[in-house]
Amino acid sequence: MQLTPEEQAILGGERGEAARRALEYQVEVGRFWGAKRFVPVTNVHMMGDIEVMGDGGLAYLNAEAARGARCVVGTTTNARCMDFAHCERMGQDAGEAVKEKQLIAALRRMDVVTTDTCINYQTVYQPHLGEHVAWGDTGTVIYANSVFGARSNFEAGPAALAAALTGRTPEYGFHLDEHRKGTFAVELNARLDDLADWGAVGKLVGESHQNYYAVPVFHGYHRIPKADELKHLGAALASYGSMGMFHFVGVTPEAPSAANLPSEKMVVSDADLERVYRNYKRGDGDARLVVFSGPQQSLFEMKYLSSLFKDKKVKGGSTCIVTTNSAILKQSRDLGYAQVLEAAGVTILEGVCFYILQNLSPMREKNRWTNMVSNSAKIVNIIGAHRFNTILRRTADCVEIACSGILK
Amino acid sequence: MNSIKVSRAYGAVVEGEAVVSEEGFSPRYDLDRWSGVITKPGHKLEGTSIVDKICFFPTAKGGIAAGWAFYDIKWKKIAPKAFIFGVTNPVMVQGAVFAGIPITEGWSPHPREVVKTGDWVRVDPAGRRIEVLKRRS
Repeated sequence: MQLTPEEQAILGGERGEAARRALEYQVEVGRFWGAKRFVPVTNVHMMGDIEVMGDGGLAYLNAEAARGARCVVGTTTNARCMDFAHCERMGQDAGEAVKEKQLIAALRRMDVVTTDTCINYQTVYQPHLGEHVAWGDTGTVIYANSVFGARSNFEAGPAALAAALTGRTPEYGFHLDEHRKGTFAVELNARLDDLADWGAVGKLVGESHQNYYAVPVFHGYHRIPKADELKHLGAALASYGSMGMFHFVGVTPEAPSAANLPSEKMVVSDADLERVYRNYKRGDGDARLVVFSGPQQSLFEMKYLSSLFKDKKVKGGSTCIVTTNSAILKQSRDLGYAQVLEAAGVTILEGVCFYILQNLSPMREKNRWTNMVSNSAKIVNIIGAHRFNTILRRTADCVEIACSGILK
Repeated sequence: MNSIKVSRAYGAVVEGEAVVSEEGFSPRYDLDRWSGVITKPGHKLEGTSIVDKICFFPTAKGGIAAGWAFYDIKWKKIAPKAFIFGVTNPVMVQGAVFAGIPITEGWSPHPREVVKTGDWVRVDPAGRRIEVLKRRS
């Protein structure tokens, strides 16, 4: 890789041992992908909690913090594995909670802003067209590339942290124009009235084109999609297809015109979506777990859920979980949405995402949950390792299932 | 034929026993991160340990969390000796480099024509080459 004088100085240790080690690591990753140089980044979003990092990761963070590791650009954290106010009731390990607090303290020593959110793009930082960032999780990356026209690869926790310490990332993948062009066209010949429908589109398109560099171009839709709709679409494309970018004609900044679509074409129709819903197996019919998470809920999702749960009650013996970040939860309380949900018996978890909860498999066994119902196509895909049978349903149907205990 | 050329590679030269998978891999979705055994129900390698093995996978699966998982299994001394991917993604590479586990992408010919599970192989990342040293007896 071609290094600038500043980068050579960092490798020479002028900005400290932690920055030197971080850049050395980034050079190896850049070499693997054939990156010619580094690009400066303005913002970093990293995944780091005790469930994903383990004791080794915690030891690493403590060592780096002691070496003087400090972020040189704004750096935020993704959703984590524990809401301390709920962890005892959720059956999470007290010992792991202690480690999680140590981990958060180490991140703060490095000047990481622990926002604990996977919707940073809705609530914390919105990069502009062409802005290079280093983000993870995958849902944040695809939103940055697609909707903002910013530039990021999937950056795993160690890679994002390295970018935070050096202020740059190797230039490969979605930092380069050549990977940002649409590779196939998807006509949306469907109503797509519910957020779950958008996730289902992501499943259909992602599953059939699994490739980090496949870039779908959506077109032909009858109205302007909303931010939450693009959020569920992107999260599902990234989850099912490992995709990092999409275009939406007339909507996203780098989309081609309708006259300039890629030659490979597919169509998604209402009938295709109905088939997606029909194909989920109901298992033993257990309807006791309904989850609104993955990604965390936006303020408008909280508002909609509170309207659906108003004057209703979660069925006795059932559990309904909503996850969001601290900022959205505060506003939801100010506006009364959170109180409506809690009065209905919904558990609101702050700063976490359901699928990365510490101790989730034992939690499932203890509660004898077999099925998980959700309006998020992403979460029904990624929670399989915890051996849930998962079922995607539209938002109002999920609320109905939570309150009736009957799986339809 | 007893060697495979790879397109991209990182890490030191390693030797070990091959595990050849027809299915892709995620350290989060497929692997028990306490034993190093693939436990995902229905995975083609279900029940197989990857500890100290040279693992051949056609594709990479999973999201960002895989990046810390490699360091975690290395810390627990249950990591494989190398990952050999047909097609991989940035997260796998970032994770493997961070953990110091050799990783390669792209292969010719396809491993199924050259190597079988149980064969003893040598991975030479700098030489972009994998060689079968000894057939499983």
